This record gives sequence, C-alpha cells and structure tokens, in this order.
Amino acid sequence: MKLTLKIWRQKNAKSKGNFETYQMDNVSPEMAFLEMLDALNKRLVEEDKDPVAFDHDCREGICGSCGMYINGHPHGPIPAITTCHLSMRFFKEGQTVWIEPWRAKPFPVIKDLIVDRTAFDKIQIAGGFISVNTGAAPEANNILIRKKDSDNAFDSAICIGCGACVAACKNASAMLFVSAKISQFALLPQGKVEAIDRVRAMVAKMDEVGFGNCSNTGACEAECPKQIKLTNISRMNREYFKAY
Amino acid sequence: MNKILFSSISKKFVMATAGLFLLLFLPVHLLINFMLLKSDPEPFNKAAHFMATFPLVKVFEIVLIGAIMIHITWGIMLQIQNWLARPVGYVSGSKADTSFFSRFMIWTGSSVLIFLVLHFFNFYFVKLGLVPGDAEDFYSIAHNLFKLPMYNYIYLTCFTLLGFHLYHALGSAFQTLGLNHRIWTPVVKVISIIYAILLPAGFAFISISLWLFR
Ligand code: SF4
Ligand code: FES
Repeated sequence: MKLTLKIWRQKNAKSKGNFETYQMDNVSPEMAFLEMLDALNKRLVEEDKDPVAFDHDCREGICGSCGMYINGHPHGPIPAITTCHLSMRFFKEGQTVWIEPWRAKPFPVIKDLIVDRTAFDKIQIAGGFISVNTGAAPEANNILIRKKDSDNAFDSAICIGCGACVAACKNASAMLFVSAKISQFALLPQGKVEAIDRVRAMVAKMDEVGFGNCSNTGACEAECPKQIKLTNISRMNREYFKAY
Repeated sequence: MNKILFSSISKKFVMATAGLFLLLFLPVHLLINFMLLKSDPEPFNKAAHFMATFPLVKVFEIVLIGAIMIHITWGIMLQIQNWLARPVGYVSGSKADTSFFSRFMIWTGSSVLIFLVLHFFNFYFVKLGLVPGDAEDFYSIAHNLFKLPMYNYIYLTCFTLLGFHLYHALGSAFQTLGLNHRIWTPVVKVISIIYAILLPAGFAFISISLWLFR
C-alpha cells in the first residue's frame, strides 16, 4: 500500500514547526499504525535524518501515551481504540494521512508529535486519590459495594488519561477526563470521605492550567478510546454543586 | 470566592440557569404575538399595556433583562476562554461525531443578539421613551414592520437561527445542571427538539401571515 504522510515536525517547544510530507511505499495492511511510523523512522535514521518523535509505551491500549491526531480524529478514525491499536488495514491505497499533535494551550508541543501532558498530572495530584495508609492489603469484602456502583466506578476508572478528549473538544476542555477521575471515587464509599475537597481542588486546578469550558458538544465522548461517558461530566457538576 | 463564582462549572451553571429562564419567557411572548393576527388592535395593545404596567410583570421584566445580559456576557466570557484554550487549530479539521448545532452556539446566539438589538429599538426602547413612537400602539408598529419585506427576511432568518440555538439548549442545560437520567435525558432531548421547531415556527407563522396575507 502506498501512502502520503503529512506529519507535524517541530524541533522543540520554542521553534515554529511545519508539516513535512513523506511517501510510504510498502505499507502492509497488517502493520499497526505505530509500526508504520517505526518503519518511517528507520528509513529516516538510515538517511541520516531526524526521526519523528512520538509518544508510546505499552502499545496495547492501556498506558495512554500514544496520542496523535490523525485525519481529524484523535487516535485515528476508528472509534474506541488508541493509536497503538489502529491497524493500517483501515487506510486506503494512495490515501493522504495527516498526523498532528494534540492541540491545546495546556498541552504544549515538546517535539514533533509529543506534547507535554503534565497538566493532567497536576489535576490528579490536586485530588485524584484517596488518603489511606498503605500496608497489608485490606480484606476486600469488608466494605460491601453495590454491584451497579462498582461497575460504574470501574467504567470511569478505565480512563487512561490519554488526553484525546481535550484534543477532540472544540474548546480544549478537560472535563471528560476530570469527571472520570472524580467519578471513579465519587461512586465508591472509600472515595466519599474526601469527595468535597477532591472536586473543589481538581476543578480549580483544571481551570488554573487553562483548559476550556465544556459546551456539551459530545466530541470527547465520541472520540474517547475508552468510551468514557458524558454522564461523568454531569456527575462531576453534581459533586461540585454539593461541595458548595 | 471569585475562584468559586467564576470557576468553569459555576459559569456553566449561570449560563444554563439564565438560558432556561429565557426558554420559559419565549412561549409567553409568542402567545401575546398571536393576538397580532386579529384585525382588532385592542387585545394585543391591552396585553402589551398589561406587560408594561403590571407591577409583578415589571419585576419579571427586570429579571428577564438581567437573564439576557448574563446569558450574553457569560456566553462571551466562556467562548473567549475556549478560544484561548486552543491557540493552534488542526489542519485536518475535526471530524468527531458531535451534535451538529452545538458547535455553532456562539454564532447562532450572536445572530439572535443582533435581532434583539433591532427588536429593542423597535419596541422596548419606545416603551422606555428612548426612541420616538406610540408606546400604546405596538399593534400598528408591528403591523407596519411586517409590511416591509426586508424586516421579514431578517425576522425569519433570525428565528431559524434561534431554532438552531434552541436545538442544543434544553438538553445541554440539563446536562450542565447535573440533571442526568437514564430515562429522562433522552425525553428532555426530544422535548428540546420539539421546542426548537415549534417555537420559531410560531413566530415565523405570524411574520409570514402578516407579510403575505394581509
Ligand atoms: S476520558 Fe477518554 S479521551 Fe479523555 S483522557 Fe480519559 S481515556 Fe483519554
Ligand atoms: S502506547 Fe500505550 S496506549 Fe498506546
């Protein structure tokens, strides 16, 4: 398969950056998207050129680092998967593929397709945890939890913090991410203890680092690789109103 | 304190509440407007007079103007922050599957605002005595305006855009207020769509009737 890649190249955070065009001649439909980029990088290294910098780690859809914006979609055009799970069989012979980094003020580009996502870490540090003394693991059945609540909490907890919601949102809002992180605790008894402080601190931090405001367009939900639901945002708002 | 009042969620709360209030007012206005279809100016002018003088309505009027102002100011404030949050856009655009009209709220809202300014000059400021005109005969003012094709064009365009604005309004406000429900949320969305179609259609019906059939 032949493809034309238009990739955002940017030397460092300060430089301007621009799109470079690369012709790929032997892309197998069995390749994963990142493998295709690996092949390109191998070629660039052989040609003594600077390889394309992109984030990746697990390559199995759980670490959330492989964020890139492909042809108008974060993580590419296939719903509910991360870039590392994106297969080249979804692309057509001769297609032009635009590859861009996440675009949001709180996610500045570090190099090429890699953005700095510490803004998410800052929000997590502000309240995305429960305070317990760790030690031996407590007996899991000591605190009974309704099945429905544990299921819903789990559905929120599977957010991998990839930032696709921010990338997709026309307002660069982080509310889907933050609401998932708040919900996973709000639904469980252990999380209720610090619920008030958590929602206050996390929302304040989210605003402080400069994310936009959600306007309920639903782009985040449509593009989230883990199918985190908009109902989380509604729950976060309820938690917020309760906290004041 | 400022941090709380002007946090993202608080601003959204204010936006949604003011918007919901405006949603309540529009049907009242439409009902009064239907009296314009009568050949007798009396009932409409009486209703307009009542709206202008009855004390309780006066209180309502202040709240209403407040709600309009707040909805506009907060809307602009939120929008500017949202633009600032994405200084560099995407070359490949956004192909996310979203609710279509939700993406243009600032633009549909702005068009409604332009109409509102015109509307205030034609009626509300006359009532306040800021613009010359017979405040006791809004019926004739309205009938004269609806004779002008240009006025009808603007009117119909703005109400279509208002319909687009309303399409996203109710469901969005409920979501923001945290009123989310497995069964009721889809119902609210349907009501929102019906409202967004029927309400502008009502205003448009009056405009077209007076313009073409009088
Ligand atoms: S909510 Fe979805 S899109 Fe957003 S960070 Fe979590 S997994 Fe990624
Ligand atoms: S590399 Fe870990 S989710 Fe894609």
